[in-house]
Amino acid sequence: MFQRYKKVEALASDMTHHSAVKGRSLMRDARERFLRNKAALVCLGVLFLVVLFVLLGPFFAVWDNETIDWGNMGATGVPSLQTGHYFGTDDLGRDLYSRTIQATGTSLMVGLIGAGMALIIGIAWGVIAGFYGGWLDSVMMRIVDILLAIPLVLVLILILVIAGRSFTTLFIALGAVSWLTMARIVRAQTMALKGREFIEAARASGVSETMIIIRHILPNLMGVVIVYASLLVPDMILAESFISFLGLGISEPSTSLGSLISEGAGTMAYGTLWQLAFPLAFYVTIIITMFFIGDGLRDALDPKDR
Amino acid sequence: MLNFTIRRLFVAIPTIFFLVIACFFLMHLAPGGPFTSERPLPPAVLANIEARYGLDQPLWKQLWDYLTNIVLHFDFGPSFVFKDRDVNDIIAQGFPISLTYGSLSFLAASIVGISLGIAAAIRHNTWIDYFAVSLGILAQALPNFIMGPILILTFTLWLGWLPGGGWYGGQWQYLIMPVIALSTSFMGSIARITRSSMLEVMNANFIRTARAKGLPERTVIWRHAMKPTLLPVISYLGPVFVYVLTGSVFVDLYFSTGGLGQSFVNSALSRDYAVLLGVTILYGSLTVAVNLLTDLSYAWFDPKIRY
Repeated sequence: MFQRYKKVEALASDMTHHSAVKGRSLMRDARERFLRNKAALVCLGVLFLVVLFVLLGPFFAVWDNETIDWGNMGATGVPSLQTGHYFGTDDLGRDLYSRTIQATGTSLMVGLIGAGMALIIGIAWGVIAGFYGGWLDSVMMRIVDILLAIPLVLVLILILVIAGRSFTTLFIALGAVSWLTMARIVRAQTMALKGREFIEAARASGVSETMIIIRHILPNLMGVVIVYASLLVPDMILAESFISFLGLGISEPSTSLGSLISEGAGTMAYGTLWQLAFPLAFYVTIIITMFFIGDGLRDALDPKDR
Repeated sequence: MLNFTIRRLFVAIPTIFFLVIACFFLMHLAPGGPFTSERPLPPAVLANIEARYGLDQPLWKQLWDYLTNIVLHFDFGPSFVFKDRDVNDIIAQGFPISLTYGSLSFLAASIVGISLGIAAAIRHNTWIDYFAVSLGILAQALPNFIMGPILILTFTLWLGWLPGGGWYGGQWQYLIMPVIALSTSFMGSIARITRSSMLEVMNANFIRTARAKGLPERTVIWRHAMKPTLLPVISYLGPVFVYVLTGSVFVDLYFSTGGLGQSFVNSALSRDYAVLLGVTILYGSLTVAVNLLTDLSYAWFDPKIRY
């Protein structure tokens, strides 16, 4: 009666085989979605080229970023291959090619480090406020509200004036002003997650609160957080430009795209357009590619948003 | 609703109060003052000047005087740099200018941005959609800091159509470029937020129900989809309104419009803490007020929210 049928056996092994299919992880899903997004991939490539240019560009430079070329300044400093000033010279006769490379590097670094700082402070603040709730949450969020009501520029200026101008201070100042919105987003997300069943399940099975935060809350936050951080990078570059413009940012001979643009804008009435055009082109390229990459990341990590 | 408003006001007023105190102490923490110059003043003269502005008093007394003057007389005190003007004068001169081109930029950004976003969402995946998305992203990459020089270059230096700067009581030729410069990047963001919000709403169950009832598409969009679409847009518009007023520094510098941004930068650079503090408090209060309005308008837009 209980005869073994080959067919049934095959079917059974087939079924167990299927049920043993490895689950697809969230991240692998996201990566596949991102790789399907043509615009984001192209932008990632362009951004990679910009980074490559910053790294390899100096080897092709004829002039360094500080030497003044007395023979080619102002209107005669046009971009040309003969003089070795591929992007022309700036108002003082310095090579714009070298300076653009330096500025692009600085701006990219400012964007990444500023966004990174915002990421760390904002996540810590938001998760603690959102997870523990109660009076701690009210106090922490009230502080964020008050800080949000102060114009960022003022805080930036104050920090830079009190602590003195340097790269480190600049990064700390940028981080100090940029984590607020991140903290709010993270808090809202944490509060939404906290009520979900899988957190309740983890709690019921005796997982400690720290472990719940690390293993269950943080990974689920990542999607939103990465997307917002990628949108923060251009913001940071802009904020740095702003304080450089006020003369409180990166000081000479270092430079950033923001300072180069404002220098170029100051002299455009004399017909030296290349002084504005090259830094501007790099700036706009970086910002647009960052936007597309951020968008691609959002589509990939938060698919229900579409 | 009234209850909620009162409760929010109870929170808002201490927030502003806190902000004033925090800023006051921060200003006094910063090294260097308006009277420190390369050639130090004789101690007697410095003492005289400090007595004139009440800076010789203990800090708590200074704070108390500052607060009572604001609450009782709405007086933000004298400027440290301009001998004949006080902070009220400077704000009264610059704020109307910032407010004029700021609110015009806000209007332009919202109207164009929302229309573009809705057009893109309704014609999803057609050339209109692609055009609107590209335009939105391009616009977002062009903040006022970048738009300023580009506009002057095009319309003043090349085409010669518009004057390069000045205010002259806000005549339209002088308004166009500041408004375009300030609104472009926000227009882009608003368009993109509206588009993605609308796409999400159009997939919602209640829209399917409305369509299943046989309502014409126009009614579905305007009567059913509109309000929930605008909800995330509104939460973005609140901060934008404040930013458009505070972020006008570059516009003021490029177009010499003489708005509050200019006073803010000048006072920061010359350490005129009285003006800096006054402008900060103004912007801070504005932020708190606008946040309150944003929260209240939520109630109208989202029937699910109960206070």
